Amino acid sequence: MDDDIKIGVYVCHCGHNIADVIDVEDVAQRARKSGNVSVSRDYVYMCSSKGQNLIKQDIMQLGINRVVVAACSPRLYEQTFQNVLRESGLNPYLLQIANVREQCAWVHEAGLQATEKANRLVHGAIRRVSHHSPVEEQSVPVFPATLVIGGGIAGIQAALEIANSRHVVYLVEREPSIGGHMAQFDKTFPTLDCSACILTPKMNEVSRNPYIRLMTYSEVTDVSGYVGNFAVKVKRKARYIDEDKCVGCGICQEKCPWSTASEFDAGLGMRKAVYTPFPQAIPNIPVIDRERCVYFLKGKCRACEKVCEAQAINFEQEDMYIDLQVGSIIVATGFDVFDPTPIVQYGYGRLPNVFTSLEFERLCSPSGPTGGQLKLVSGRTPESVAIIHCVGSRDKNYNAYCSRVCCMHSLKYSHLFKEKTGGEVYQLYIDMRCAGKAYEEFYERVQGEHVHFIRGKLASIAAGVTDAEEDNLILTCEDTLLGNLINISVDMVVLCVALEPRHDTEQLSHILRLGRSHDGFFLERHPKLDPVATMSEGIFVVGCCQGPKDIPDTVAQASAASARALAMISKGKMEMGAITASVDEVVCSGCKVCNALCPYSAIFFDEISNVSRVNQVLCKGCNVCGAACPSGAISTRNFSTIQILAEIEGVLA
Amino acid sequence: MSFEPKIIAFLCNWCSYAGADLAGVSRSKCSPNVMSIRLMCSGGLEPAFVLKAFKEGADGVLVCGCNLGDCHYVDGNYKTLMRMTLLKKLVKQLGIEEERVRLQWVCASCAEDFVQAVNTITNDVKALGPYTQIKIEAEAETSRI
Repeated sequence: MDDDIKIGVYVCHCGHNIADVIDVEDVAQRARKSGNVSVSRDYVYMCSSKGQNLIKQDIMQLGINRVVVAACSPRLYEQTFQNVLRESGLNPYLLQIANVREQCAWVHEAGLQATEKANRLVHGAIRRVSHHSPVEEQSVPVFPATLVIGGGIAGIQAALEIANSRHVVYLVEREPSIGGHMAQFDKTFPTLDCSACILTPKMNEVSRNPYIRLMTYSEVTDVSGYVGNFAVKVKRKARYIDEDKCVGCGICQEKCPWSTASEFDAGLGMRKAVYTPFPQAIPNIPVIDRERCVYFLKGKCRACEKVCEAQAINFEQEDMYIDLQVGSIIVATGFDVFDPTPIVQYGYGRLPNVFTSLEFERLCSPSGPTGGQLKLVSGRTPESVAIIHCVGSRDKNYNAYCSRVCCMHSLKYSHLFKEKTGGEVYQLYIDMRCAGKAYEEFYERVQGEHVHFIRGKLASIAAGVTDAEEDNLILTCEDTLLGNLINISVDMVVLCVALEPRHDTEQLSHILRLGRSHDGFFLERHPKLDPVATMSEGIFVVGCCQGPKDIPDTVAQASAASARALAMISKGKMEMGAITASVDEVVCSGCKVCNALCPYSAIFFDEISNVSRVNQVLCKGCNVCGAACPSGAISTRNFSTIQILAEIEGVLA
Repeated sequence: MSFEPKIIAFLCNWCSYAGADLAGVSRSKCSPNVMSIRLMCSGGLEPAFVLKAFKEGADGVLVCGCNLGDCHYVDGNYKTLMRMTLLKKLVKQLGIEEERVRLQWVCASCAEDFVQAVNTITNDVKALGPYTQIKIEAEAETSRI
């Protein structure tokens, strides 16, 4: 071994936590006998400033150049001890931590075996640290523009926060207008303020803000580059309307002779082939739906062109691709609602008057297909409704998770139904989950409105058979509090359907190189302490694309992500992880095995030198490439093959 | 004295190492025969590490990664799964009982899964007895699979 290597070993008692189980003095003493160890101490709290000073003094006075700390998990205090090295003039990566608390003292009984294991762990760390070499931390400049994908309330909030600090935001929305699901809602719980009334001012603000470059009817098709400097390709789908000429008068929509089901009205209302999804749309510029426009289908019509005084209709328009440069990306793509058709016993799509929650929102909305009047398919006002919770949520056959918002919006529906019809309301719930500010109070309020709460899961819905039951729905369900089966006859059923990941989440996860959790939503960096960042540096997730959540949580998360994006911009640079892989070009045989394995596409092939190279900014240091390299040419800093092999030797010696 | 095996556990930093830490935080007790080595990702486990462990006198090797679909490096654990399948075949050819090598997914909140994996492999290896048949040649140690 190298004579210049001087290792200091520091064994922490952690008060009684470690010292009561492990003979810390023995560990320190045995460490002293290992090669290259110059000093070995035990101390009651290594993480205290006194403990830290012990290490500092040894580095300065004894010339210690490698440090082993036997203490708690490196996940807790690795950075603290790295700082001790940094402050003492040593590279912070010349440190190795032996986890003798969480993975030794806390999981074993006091005695010889625990001490023996601690000795082995420390010995492994001593052998490993001899092979540590300084690792330089790198930083990259941050381009001061941000991309926000998705123009629902999450994207709107994020874009406004950033734009209000006078930084450029590109807001890309797939639909012809921003607004997202929130624009479709009637009222919002628990305050019952009208959704459009609180959303449309924000939408207008987006259109007015000079720092927001709004791109609706557009999709992100490719993202390359890395934090601080992403290159983004956006496809601007042809609107067939000249955005500069259109004045938004709406005459084209009025005169268009072709209609189809309106997506905005959840299929309950109609829209024209040239349309804006809803009256308050931002931008107030229609699009011509290629799939429905008769001119595109049959080559004849162009009625809109004839009536447009601004001459804004342009059937020759083509899809355009625009390249953007941004420093960070905020993903706010929202959710899809669960399609309850597969639950055949609920009769959705087969029985009239069985609606989904989103359809019910549209029925309640004054801008909806019935002008806010609750009506059955027959035109009669319903006298009773059953609101079914957890349709597609908390159900192992569909989605095991709770969709979080349904309990609250079903309470809202109860209130709205009572308000609009005065009829009977039955709530079929599994558990009432009303956690949130003023949510429980709203639950109590609705309980006081003579709503029938039945704890149980709906078994089936059948159409009434007798004349008296004409257009009735007969529900069979279990009342788990009474312990018996009951039948309820109602006019209308609302299925509170689950919030699901967008159908094309997988596609976007490949474009952005984002991980997903097992429920399919985008994976955050840390479930508690970093719920907006992702493992892809510089890419943030907000709103329901990260998991079901209500509007207040969505807005809070959007603001949090924009603060993170702004922090990067104001700092001007971004520190990158130092643990990255690199290729020994002399050893690399140019086989390209590693190229396809990298989850972040960080490895590229240099055709001239005939070797693979690792982009240091994109690499996250997982060593998947290193493990696969048949030549042993790839090594990950601080987790190199030789370091791990040395640790194995040390632990087993 | 009864046989106390030496077992090496390779844990990924994000899920399994955190799950093992949680076992400590929850004061769950497990057998002291398993000593863990932290990797960034289970997909970064070089097969040589497993062979090296046996060469250095380990009686068993446990490999832990995030649950499938939960990998912090998108899909590193799928690579682990494929490699471990091949590696198990290889260790058999080298005269190492397959039961001495185990793959177990341990999520960051799955402390009990970790404890169980540790106790199970310890008991299984105890039943097998010490690993003595060191057939791994020097080249096998350094050559990658």
